[in-house]
Order: sequence, then C-alpha cells, then structure tokens
Amino acid sequence: MTTTVKTNSLTLVTAITDALAVMLKDDENVLLLGEDIGKNGGVFRATEGLQAEFGEDRVIDTPLSEAGFVGAAIGMAANGLKPVVEIQFLGFIYPAYEQLMTHAVRLRSRTLGHYSVPLVIRAPYGAGVRAPEIHCDSTEAIFTHMPGMKVVCPSNPYDAKGLMIAAIEDPDPVLFLEPMRSYRAVKENVPEGKYSIEIGKGNKLVEGDDVTIITWGAMVPVVMNATKRLRDDDVSCDVIDLRTLSPLDEELIAESVQKTGRTVIVQEAHPTSSVANDIMSVINETCFLYQKAPVEKVSGFDTPVPYFSYEDFYLPTPERVIHAVTKVMNF
Amino acid sequence: MTTIRMVEGGTTMENQFPIQQFLDPQGNWISENHQELLTEERTKEFYQQMIRIRTFDRKAVSLQRQGRIGTYAAFEGQEASQVGSALALNKKDWIFPTYRDHGATMTFGHSLRNVLLFWNGRNEGNIPPEGLNIFPPGIPIATQLPHAVGAAFAEKRKGTKKAVITYFGDGATSEGDFHEGLNFASVFSSPVVFFNQNNQYAISVPMSKQMKTKTIAQKGLAYDIPSVRIDGNDVFSVYVHTLEALERARAGQGPTLIEAVTWRYGAHTTADDPSKYRDQQESTNRREESDPLLRLERCMKQNGWFNEEWVNKITNDAVQEVEQAVEEMEAYVKPDPAMIFDYVYQEITPSLAKQKKALLHMLGGDEQ
Repeated sequence: MTTTVKTNSLTLVTAITDALAVMLKDDENVLLLGEDIGKNGGVFRATEGLQAEFGEDRVIDTPLSEAGFVGAAIGMAANGLKPVVEIQFLGFIYPAYEQLMTHAVRLRSRTLGHYSVPLVIRAPYGAGVRAPEIHCDSTEAIFTHMPGMKVVCPSNPYDAKGLMIAAIEDPDPVLFLEPMRSYRAVKENVPEGKYSIEIGKGNKLVEGDDVTIITWGAMVPVVMNATKRLRDDDVSCDVIDLRTLSPLDEELIAESVQKTGRTVIVQEAHPTSSVANDIMSVINETCFLYQKAPVEKVSGFDTPVPYFSYEDFYLPTPERVIHAVTKVMNF
Repeated sequence: MTTIRMVEGGTTMENQFPIQQFLDPQGNWISENHQELLTEERTKEFYQQMIRIRTFDRKAVSLQRQGRIGTYAAFEGQEASQVGSALALNKKDWIFPTYRDHGATMTFGHSLRNVLLFWNGRNEGNIPPEGLNIFPPGIPIATQLPHAVGAAFAEKRKGTKKAVITYFGDGATSEGDFHEGLNFASVFSSPVVFFNQNNQYAISVPMSKQMKTKTIAQKGLAYDIPSVRIDGNDVFSVYVHTLEALERARAGQGPTLIEAVTWRYGAHTTADDPSKYRDQQESTNRREESDPLLRLERCMKQNGWFNEEWVNKITNDAVQEVEQAVEEMEAYVKPDPAMIFDYVYQEITPSLAKQKKALLHMLGGDEQ
C-alpha cells in the first residue's frame, strides 16, 4: 500500500516560504527577523503573507541594522528562541560579520555547550539577474572558514524546503544561501508539511563514469545544461549537487572521484581561497591514486563581481564547463 | 545670516545630565531622596562586597605578575559601579559583561574559581554557577550590547519579569554595536539596562579624544531612552539608579541608559603601562578624593558603624575565599585536547573528528 503525499507546485522561493510557514506553525519559538520582511514580504517575497498569518511578533521588521539584529538574534537564540534572520542580499551581510565570527559560531565552544546559538541566517546570493552592484556576491567561503558555522546552499525547490526545515531544527548557526537567479526559474512538486534533508549530505543528480562534476546552488542548472550537451558527445558525467558547503560531504566526493578519476568543480565564487579549493583538498587526501587528470576548477574570477553589463563575462557558463570537461578528458 | 536653529550640546547637555550623587566623597549623605537606604546593614553589605572583589582583583594582578594566570584586566576603582549595580539585580536576571566586569559577576554570584580559570585561558571559566545567567565576557568592544537586547527581547516575549543588564565602557559608545543595540532596544522596548562605566579612558585614549560630547548619558536621547549620569564611585547612587532602571524594565517601560562616571586606577590590562599615556598622579589623587571604599569608610565612621575588628574580619574572610579559589584554579584538571573539538558543534563533523583523531594520535592519546 502506498500513501499519497500531497504536493504543491512551488518555485525555490515559494518552497522557502512554505518551509518557514511549516516551522512557524510547528514551533512557537521560531520567529523571523529582517528588513522589510513583514508587510512587504521581503524584497524577494520570501516571507510573503507570513506576517498576516503569524502576527507581528513572529514576523518582525527590524531597523536597518545588520550587526544589530544579527547580534540581537544571537541573544535571542541563546535565550531559547529560534530566530531566522533574513539578510536582503549576501553582499549586505558584512556589517554582521563580526557578530557571526566572534560570537554566533563561538558561543558553544566558549561555554563548553552551556550556551548555544540555534540561529539561521538566510541570504540570497549570486549574480545573473542584472542586479545593482554589491547585490551579486557569492562569498560563501568567508563563512565556511568560520569554525562552528554550517553553510547550506540548495539548488531546487524540494531541497530548499527540506534544508530550511533542517536548518531551523539544527542546534548550531546555519548560513542558508539562496540562489537568487534560481528563485523563480523552475517549479516542481514539493511535498506538503514537514520533511527535512540532512545537512552535510550532497546529492547525486546524474550518474556517470567519465568525469565527476561537483557544484552547488545557482551553478547546478549551468552544469546540467553542459552535462546534457556532453552526453551527446558520449561523455558521461557524475554530477554532485553538494547542497551543504560546510561540513562537506567528503564521502560522496571521494566515492565519485574514485570511480571517475576526473573532476571538474564549478562554482560562482572567486577562485582564491574558495570552497572549490577545499574540495580539491578532499580529493587530494582521498583520491590521489585514482586521479587520471588534474582537477579543473571553473569559477568566477578574482575580481569584484562586476557591474551587471559585464556579469556574463564573469559567470561560469555551460561552455566553460564543457571546455574544462574536455580538458580533463583529453589529459 | 543663519537660518538654522541649532540645538546646543556641550554644557547644555552637562547641565541636563548632572551627576547624581547620594554620598559625597567625604561620606556625607547629600540627597533628599532615599535616605531610608542608608542603614548600617546595607552600608556594610556594600563595603564587604567591595572589599571582597578588590581583594580578588589585587590577587589576580599579582598572580599575573608571577605567571600563574594570563593577561588580566583589573577593575580597581570601579568597585562601587560593579557592586552597586550587581546587587540591584534579581537572581533570575541576565548579565552581559565585558572583560572588566567580573567584579559585577562575582558579586552576582559567579564562581571566583571560574573567573580565575577564564583568566588562565580556560573556557571552563565561562560556565556560570547553576541557575545564574551570566554570559561570557564580551571581548570585541560593544558586541555584547545586541546580545543583551536579544536576550531581553526573548524574556519579554516569554512574558517573564526577568530583566537584563549589560556593561560597557566609554570607548564602546563609539562602536556601531552600541548604537544598533540601543536603537533595537528602544524600538522593541526591551527590558534591558545599558550600564556604562565611564572610566574616562579606552586603553590610552581619553574621553576627550573618544567623543566631543561631555556626557554619555545624552547619547540615549537620540534613541528616546531615559538616561541618567551618576557618580559611579557612589555605591548608593549606583544601586538606586540601577534598581529604578530594572523596575522600569520589569514594568514594560523599556530600556534605560546609565552613565556611571568612574576611574580605573591601574592599567587597561596587565599588558600595558598607564604612565605612558596619563599622569598617574591623577590616579593617586583620585584614590584620596573619590575612592569608593574610602568613601564608605568615611560614611561608616561618621555614623559610628566603623569597627576595625569587623573590617579585619571581612578582609581576612575575603583573603581566605580568594586563596581558596586560587588553590582550586591551580588544582583544576589539566586541559584535555579533545575538548577543543568537542564543543564546536553539538555533534562533531566528520572532518573535525578526523582532525581530533590525528591530534590525539600525535599526542599519544588513546582515541579509538
């Protein structure tokens, strides 16, 4: 006998709204904080309708004060609440960097678990939507470099909802990166109600034998496009959507790269000191004797994310992915 | 011809926020108000507590000099501010201190041994005694203010009558987190007391170079937060004003800003030499003029409450208690290397588990 789970056709952003609604209903200690998230429903409408449904004391418009409300959320989290904070764009999180780096991620270890910070920071990230400058950053590595932080980055509606619920239930601070350009790109059927996806586990999107492609977030559709075209050329790709950038799913990476012996990592971020480099380090440690070619990295560049008239030059494209795959195949 | 109507700061603000004093430096009660507070019992309680924490403070400086603890931030001179405010709290309230406020946390009930452990580089020192809400000291300046505000927000939301106090210095008022914390508390009417100890120096930088304003209390005006400037070396003034601020918080009337004007006699920490940046003669003069303990002694003498024998007894008690804490700190279990990995996340990550195993293996540990 099979039970039918009711589903709704949701975009990535409405799946996040759904997850927030599920958790606001599930746990009265959950509350949302951020700029313009109340009546306005957030600049991307991620909290649309939630203040009307759950009230002004659950969905709270804060002053324009990233350090202030992230700091306050740390105090709330340490005192029994479960705040979910929206930063309007990842590029606006930097005033709160100090609060995250010196407090959110350290309170547990400073007090040997006496106090902890079950806090979720949501932030839309990435370029490709012709947004103004600073609105397009993809600086996830700043946060994976924070011991005590978890960094999550879904690529599709189903994962977005499941990971958001897991993030809110997580006992530690989680940075939840939302790929802005994928917010409304596709709709898919997402189960109603509560389900979660384990933080720290990647997802194999395509099984293949020739080359492993590791990516996440907004780069997943770019890689999927490239993979389709490569299939026509008889190159079979093993595609991993990491979903969590810290902690990394080292097992999944190792298992795939040991099978294919060739790897291309695709990220939107600047290449220096990036998550891709950490993945290369995992491959170095676990797959050295399996390697048939040096690992290729497809990234943005070590330039500031350019103004939008130039952003297409900056962003990885399916062509760049295909070029990198071809390179490792022909090594 | 100017058409801009200027609102004056400067002396206008100094006059608007006169320093509130109950007990003058000679130990005379000079206020019309709250005279009922001046009892032998309360005066002695204040005095005993101040002796206790001064004894601790001096011992800690000496331990640092002997290499028995790490760098230490002394609070000598600020005892009235810390004792008066901490004694005004209820045991269920929250304290968000800085690294110079363990006089307050120990008065509130923090373990002396744990405070010493903290200064000796042990996280264990940050764990408060059962049932007390003491946050670990804020190290980056002013960052604890938003935490206090958030904790207060949570208490209000839970519908409790618990209030929150957070301590910070004059330099902290230049930081963004000070302003963001005050603004947030003001907007949400959070039950928090912003307790500023204006000791007039941020390490080496005097107040005159930190801010143009003559008072810190006036900064509350910008946030519509009731504010007061008090004599931070007058334990009665500190106690009364903190009590009132806490009552406002509990009554749902929101935050209060208290500027307690005080002075630290010594260095910022044991790592600096104050004679490099200020004339230490001034500190010596201030000891004679406005020392918070001396003031209470004068007051007790005037009221016939001073008793040499009693002072010796409480001083000896304090020495005993501190020595006991030092012994316990020095006998504390050795640092366990596993500990640095075990509290980063609630559940250790695979990568951290590997790092832990590697370190323990290198150290010859018996990790499975």
